[in-house]
Amino acid sequence: MCFTNRMRLIITITFLSFLTAANAQPISGKILDSRALPLAGASVSLKDSYDGTTTDSAGRFSFTTTEKGDQVLMVSAIGYRTLEQKINITALPSELSFSLKEAITELKAVVISAGSFEASDRKKATVLSSLDMLTTAGANADVIGAVKTLPGAQQVGESEGLFVRGGTAAETKTFIDGTLVNNFFYSSVPNVAQRGRFSPWLFKGTVFSTGGYSALYGGALSSALILESIDLPDQSSANFGVSVLGVSGGYQHLAKNKKSSFGFSYGYTNLLLAFKAIKQKQTFSTVPVYHTGDANFRIKTSATGIIKYYGYFSANKLAFTEPSIDTLGYDDAFKLANANMYHNLTFRENLGTGWKLNAGASFTLNSDDIDSYLQNSSHQKAIVGALEWKNFTLKSRSHYANAKIVVEKKLAGLSALRFGSEYNYSTELPVYTSSSGAQYRQQVREHLNALFAETDIYVTNAIAAKIGTRVEHSSTLQKANIAPRISLAYSLGKNSQASLAYGTFYQNHETRYLPAAAELQFAKATHYIAQYQKIENNQTLRAEVFYKKYNNLLKTGYSTGREGALNSNGYGAAKGVDLFWRDKKTIPNLDYWVSYSYLDTRRNFLNYPAAIRPPFAAKHTGSIVVKKFLTSRKTGINASYTYATGRPYYNIRYDNAGSKFTIYDQGKTKNFSSLSLSVNYLPNLFQKGAKKFTVLVFSVSNVLNTDQVYGYRYSYNGFRKEAIVPPSKMFVFMGAFFSFGVDRSQDVINSNL
Amino acid sequence: MKKVLLIAGAFLTLAASAQNDKYLKAMEEKVAAVDSTRSFEGLQVLANGFERIADAEKTQWLPFYYAALANVNSGFFLSTGGKTATVQQLDPIADKAEALITKAETLSKDNSEIWAVKKMIATLRMMGDPMTRYMQYGPIAQQALETARKLNPANPRVDLLAGQDKFYTPEQFGGSKAEAKKLFEDALKKFDAASAASAIDPSWGRATTQYFLSQVK
Repeated sequence: MCFTNRMRLIITITFLSFLTAANAQPISGKILDSRALPLAGASVSLKDSYDGTTTDSAGRFSFTTTEKGDQVLMVSAIGYRTLEQKINITALPSELSFSLKEAITELKAVVISAGSFEASDRKKATVLSSLDMLTTAGANADVIGAVKTLPGAQQVGESEGLFVRGGTAAETKTFIDGTLVNNFFYSSVPNVAQRGRFSPWLFKGTVFSTGGYSALYGGALSSALILESIDLPDQSSANFGVSVLGVSGGYQHLAKNKKSSFGFSYGYTNLLLAFKAIKQKQTFSTVPVYHTGDANFRIKTSATGIIKYYGYFSANKLAFTEPSIDTLGYDDAFKLANANMYHNLTFRENLGTGWKLNAGASFTLNSDDIDSYLQNSSHQKAIVGALEWKNFTLKSRSHYANAKIVVEKKLAGLSALRFGSEYNYSTELPVYTSSSGAQYRQQVREHLNALFAETDIYVTNAIAAKIGTRVEHSSTLQKANIAPRISLAYSLGKNSQASLAYGTFYQNHETRYLPAAAELQFAKATHYIAQYQKIENNQTLRAEVFYKKYNNLLKTGYSTGREGALNSNGYGAAKGVDLFWRDKKTIPNLDYWVSYSYLDTRRNFLNYPAAIRPPFAAKHTGSIVVKKFLTSRKTGINASYTYATGRPYYNIRYDNAGSKFTIYDQGKTKNFSSLSLSVNYLPNLFQKGAKKFTVLVFSVSNVLNTDQVYGYRYSYNGFRKEAIVPPSKMFVFMGAFFSFGVDRSQDVINSNL
Repeated sequence: MKKVLLIAGAFLTLAASAQNDKYLKAMEEKVAAVDSTRSFEGLQVLANGFERIADAEKTQWLPFYYAALANVNSGFFLSTGGKTATVQQLDPIADKAEALITKAETLSKDNSEIWAVKKMIATLRMMGDPMTRYMQYGPIAQQALETARKLNPANPRVDLLAGQDKFYTPEQFGGSKAEAKKLFEDALKKFDAASAASAIDPSWGRATTQYFLSQVK
């Protein structure tokens, strides 16, 4: 029988396997990291076998194997790039040694952060969360109000916009999902700052750049405010709000398959009640009334692709009078009717193999009808000799179209390459009618084309650079520019880093003084920024020093009774320090941040006779924002205090004899301060399965009723001056907001845990 | 000829079962350590061990599953004893665990045990910075746990994890020691009723449940 043979075979095999077991080959050695320090906890194994071990605290390993010949040794550790090394088991050195390279990851790598503040819930190194924007006292749920508590921004109250590091409001541009927004604020009213048009609820992330921003954005000399709108909502919901300012309601619908959503909302604001309760400086003949509506849809086109549309419509009007400074016994009357429409369509998709596409287009239509005149004591329109210019109407129609496409390619590690193109079109058609009935039509049409490319280079986790260039061409200037930008970030330790940024930024001149007597250049700013940042768990410290140089600013002259553009020979400079400290750690359940800005700036532009400190620049500005949530009472208490030293003011008039603008009077306003408080109460918070969510809000701005002076204005002849003050000292807001279908407890927990 | 085939077949079976024995033996020893290993370093060693088996076997979901589990548990141990681990420490561990559990899932779809680990990974990510991450990872963790429960209502580990959530969440934020206790008791009942398919199938968690029960009594 062959049975015995088989037995013999099996025995032989068993014996052989014992033999090989006895011949187990030891493999030992040491694993080091890139700095040649021992790496503990690294896994060392022979590929496709069970054999292997984990390194000890000295980085040493030792194991035995029964494998033979050529094998692949695999060494891996969390946070390091896996190493595969061919070895020959039978010809091993007694001691192996390998070093692992650190993997470049978003968490460990430095962040290119010079010049920018990021508010978002998803990324690391963010300074504020989206909800912080809503719950900042004194901000009155206005994006800009919250941003103004960050260093770099001025506390300018007499006109809307962000005045950043010595720049004018026009030097800050706002972008939603990458494309430019042209009428971010409600139309200007003399000496009263207007709110932003868009609700903070629309946005999931905000980047406030105070300088040195990316080559993807342009047309702004000082600052870019970059807003990222939300994607699909978490669930369908309806909301309704009622406040002293009006009513609002909306509905958001999320499709069952969670692949698409649509929504709309409407708001009616009428300041009648508020103005009855709180006396305004002006006398309103038409109390401000605003109708705003919006609609949106969002469609997921694939796992990674999404199309988003947002449309906004608004109509508002107001009319008021106040005693005229130019002629006693008369009132200055101002009437404004504004209609605005904004559409934004964006598309985002991953194209595979590391390619990503972002495309967007927006369209804006804005119409302003302004009627300005002198009114006599019997409330009749009156023309007063030598003051005929005070009576005029201005009808302005503007169209804006913007399109942008950005293509991104992910490179090794976190490195990336981005490039694309942007097109901005604008037509402004102001029609000015003087008291005599003479009409002056003007048309400014502009095509601005831009190409840009930038790359993020992560050399290691400790050093990174962003290098970019932007090329722009303007049809009105018939000129092109090249704007290089570079920022570097270097890690100084576990949680701290240093950054440097340099860049040139170009902008077109404000159209209201055009056309110009001479050929104009692009206005130009050059930024130099150095930053130190330390972010530890729940504590953030940032310090930045900057120098900004302005060239080719617009200069104006006076001819045929009108101030118009002369040339672009203006210049200026700004330097200063910005400090920011946020701490959620030291006092339990208390979150606060402190901002301080020092600004030293001078510029010679428009009708300034020399380089002077502009009236929108305070030397020292500071803010403290405090938030406390009392979980047991379901109540949040927020306070903010802002302080700014006095700003200069000037009486600049045209001196006919000398044929030049001259400063006839100047001074400095008193220091500015404001303390604001807000309380929000959330009765349905943490109720299990609550389908209704209520927020009650009560807020008071300028609680201490401090006298605030924004500047001074002069009569036409300079004989009288008058302080520019807010329409009312204190403002009180009360409102109740209800949502149905959404449990916002998570939002609240998120911001207060 | 028939005989030769028979012999060859028997031989192959023998070889396969030898391989299978090797797998079971290697696994059993390590699976036994899942409940008893209580240090970051120890769990990392265990995770590496499971990963070696996983990489060699390639078609078994269990070693990938246990490697992910040991990784995520090692992360939890970084935050004990008064230390608070940072996102910088926890996220790479969570990334590792996630890569492993994703491989396990491709080998075994709609598996309650795998969803339970996915829940633990989301919780680990949240722990590094609960304030800013609650909104993102809270719902992911919740949804994963619900899926795990739906796929196997008798899985005691789902009740254990739900109980831990209730135990650690402050009462103002919806936590409750009483509700936690109820969940731990449910878990214990399910542990008693459960019978693992094999010595290497998931059966961990009884000791932890008993520990938590002793804390809420």
